[in-house]
Amino acid sequence: MIWETVIGLEIHAQLSTKSKLFSGGSTKFGAESNTHVDLVDMGLPGVLPVANKEAFYKAIKFGLATGAQINQISSFDRKNYFYPDLPKGYQITQMTKPIVEKGSIKVSTENGEKIINITRAHLEEDAGKSIHDLFEGETGVDLNRAGTPLLEIVSEPEISTAKEAVAYFKAIRQLVTFLDICDGNMAQGSMRCDVNVSIKKIDDKELGTRAELKNINSFKFIEKAINFEIERQIAVIESGESVVQETRLYDSDKNETRSMRSKEEANDYRYFPCPDLLPVVISDKELNEIKDNLPELPEEKQNRYISEIGLESSEAKIISSSKAMADMFEEASKKTDDAKMIAKWLVGDISALLNKENIEIDESKLSPENFGKLIKRISDNTISGKIAKSVLEEVWENGNDVDEIIKAKGLIQIQDESLLEQIAIQVLDSNPDQVAAYRSGKDKLLGFFVGQVMKETQGKANPKSVNVILKKILS
Amino acid sequence: MTVKYKTIKEIKKMISQKEISHKEIIQDVYKLVKENSNLNAFISLNEEKSLKKAENFDNNPSDCSLAGIPIAQKDLFCTKGLRTTCGSKILDNFIPPYTATVIENLENAGCISIGKTNMDEFAMGSSNETSHFGNVHNPWGDNLVPGGSSGGSASAIAAGIVPAASGTDTGGSIRQPASLCGITGIKPTYGRVSRWGMIAFASSLDQAGPMARTAEDCALLLNEMCSHDIKDTTSLDNEIPNFEDNLNNSLKGKKIGVVKDLDLSSLDKDVIEVYENSLKEFVSMGAELVDVSLPNLALSVPTYYVVAPAECSSNLSRFDGVKFGRRSKNPKSLEELYVQTRSEGFGDEVKRRILIGSYVLSAGYYDAYYKKAQQVRRLIKQDFDEAFLSVNVIMTPTTRGPAFDIGSKGSDPIQMYLEDLFTISANLAGLPAMSLPNGNIDNKPIGLQIIGNFLDESSILNFGHMYQTKTNWHMFSPEGVIQ
Repeated sequence: MIWETVIGLEIHAQLSTKSKLFSGGSTKFGAESNTHVDLVDMGLPGVLPVANKEAFYKAIKFGLATGAQINQISSFDRKNYFYPDLPKGYQITQMTKPIVEKGSIKVSTENGEKIINITRAHLEEDAGKSIHDLFEGETGVDLNRAGTPLLEIVSEPEISTAKEAVAYFKAIRQLVTFLDICDGNMAQGSMRCDVNVSIKKIDDKELGTRAELKNINSFKFIEKAINFEIERQIAVIESGESVVQETRLYDSDKNETRSMRSKEEANDYRYFPCPDLLPVVISDKELNEIKDNLPELPEEKQNRYISEIGLESSEAKIISSSKAMADMFEEASKKTDDAKMIAKWLVGDISALLNKENIEIDESKLSPENFGKLIKRISDNTISGKIAKSVLEEVWENGNDVDEIIKAKGLIQIQDESLLEQIAIQVLDSNPDQVAAYRSGKDKLLGFFVGQVMKETQGKANPKSVNVILKKILS
Repeated sequence: MTVKYKTIKEIKKMISQKEISHKEIIQDVYKLVKENSNLNAFISLNEEKSLKKAENFDNNPSDCSLAGIPIAQKDLFCTKGLRTTCGSKILDNFIPPYTATVIENLENAGCISIGKTNMDEFAMGSSNETSHFGNVHNPWGDNLVPGGSSGGSASAIAAGIVPAASGTDTGGSIRQPASLCGITGIKPTYGRVSRWGMIAFASSLDQAGPMARTAEDCALLLNEMCSHDIKDTTSLDNEIPNFEDNLNNSLKGKKIGVVKDLDLSSLDKDVIEVYENSLKEFVSMGAELVDVSLPNLALSVPTYYVVAPAECSSNLSRFDGVKFGRRSKNPKSLEELYVQTRSEGFGDEVKRRILIGSYVLSAGYYDAYYKKAQQVRRLIKQDFDEAFLSVNVIMTPTTRGPAFDIGSKGSDPIQMYLEDLFTISANLAGLPAMSLPNGNIDNKPIGLQIIGNFLDESSILNFGHMYQTKTNWHMFSPEGVIQ
């Protein structure tokens, strides 16, 4: 039997607004428990929510970037359920009239590019956090996160493999970070996702019964959880039973999904329009202003890097793959006029360092200013490319200023041609056999001589000048 | 010298003519509170701070419009540092860290909040019998209910303890007790008064308003209570007129809508007579009676009893024993914490409404109940819009009769719900409405309801004040007509 997998993702992206969706409380991550909580976030009796327009603007940016319909009148509903970290006993969300509907995004998959449709993207408030392991026999509640604006991005069930799901998530993450509406930090929970998985026979028109996998927050786990779930569902059906609609939790330690609650046990959320909030109206003026100020998106950047700056398309792709990388490229380029060399270093040495440490460039100690300076010192012949590598290593370690490193270590390139000539003659004199071999036609030995001169100068010579000088002496 | 039964206007005059000091007023008020403790009108008192404020006014005379006026606040408004219970066991230990906007407005105008008044639990009730803190008694008869839910406020004014009180009105909770206690009260247009700090019962219907002896005093209070509040997005940004300006306008040629669809046949002859006499009084002042049709009025009670419980079932979810208020002792699980806290903390009427509300919002029933009710609500609003094209105000009896005996409607919630028959439609339509005393039946007061057009509190105040210049029903007290 050939089974086809149908996957849909619900991605929750925390919007990077200063204050919460319905209160003036701060959204800053990592503060002491319950210090970023105001009256509204606590859900005290008598308090009222006031919608934060900034969150709408950010949601609209996402809508525009995905070619979606922007609902200039959208409204809020209440989703009712009890949980200790849900202070009001309901979550305010957009059920009936979301701000964004019917968008799409291009995703690179193993089989080429694929368009995934986005059903809707709506605003809602995040819950607080329940802390189960800090107090013996008790659960703590931290409401710092309560009320943080979330954009819930719901895909159509059009994703066919676990890898494709990851590619889709990556594309959304790339987009929201480029739009500067979410920091994309998955470790801090700024992006999380629920995955709906079902399988069906390849010819079946109807979708199979789905299971919802809750709250997965890394690319690796998304892939593993989906693959486990596909295998599980196939096994269930092939053993003659049927898949039940339920919510399942992925356990990354055991690499398995477990039932949390079945459809029968599912909450009836008793949605109804939130009577405390009037529908939010976005004027044409507001919408146009957002349109006019939409930042350049990855694909546009990539094309511009190729056509205007002259980067190789492979370079342009890597550099535009993340906001941090593109920012580094563009900022560093301002410090030098050799953007192509910036690109070469980013794609080469710097990418290698990033991969080795498995970090993003904005997590490194390399600042765009310092990086730009490094490249400038190569192009103005202050240091050689080889010396630059060692300077980069030091900057990578401690973030020190490039010029200071060059000065402190005496790495400035030897500009004095007569000095270089002197060293070249010394090198040739001490290698008479090789000189003889060169003269008898072994041209390749020139490289050996250059290497020796570089060694003598501790890399401070300009290899090009050394080349010229050696050829002149040898001819 | 006493302020018993005095109006705000009269007290202001006493102050300005130095007949009484601010401190003496407040001392007298607390004496009256204690003399009338049998009414059970107050849940918490604020004596020390109130006396201090009064002394301050004596030492530093203020020209604020309501400087030193004692006022009782319904225990549904959050008051910083002063216990706020909403009449419920579940909040019997709740001391808010902030103050409701409307209370702040009144205090900024100089009012002294002398205490928090008893009320039906979470404002759910029409007799003040659902309070965790016991029944409130009507000064007009110890065995009579004061009405509800703002029963403590109405009772305190009727007994002459304070000249003014705040109330809230979701389906009649200001007007019905005003009628049963023989005082004047207004539910303003929805959105006139900020709901910030009002503990929500049904958010789309709740509105705070003034309760006092006269329409004129209500105007003074309303001037201070109304404000546009950015903390409440449903608060209106419309201009707030000076509500005293039109009090004395002539009623000549003004049109009073009389609802022809209203079935008065179930009312006592006496009630109808009182109502018709009032209409005649207005006609004698030059107003005209015009038949208006409100064809969907009969649907207002069932509509209300879907919308209000639905909203309350959600609004009251926050009382879960986790963050504030009462928590049950030694729950064995999270579910037990919820179940025990809410079972112990809420009274029967609140539980009944949470159940109804949860039911009408549940999957499969939403369309048949909640959605339908919202549609009917729009029709009721349209009926009023149409009616107000041809009239200035609409008049009805406020209640089906005068105050009834404590316990007499206890077993049948439907009978109690019908108490709000005449008042509910103004909440559903968001319109301003007033009740003022217009007669006595068996030595029990009863009220007339005047409903105004959207934002037109001025007209109902004008009609009310003019009526009170011609009649003295508002001067009646349980101890006889006030001289």
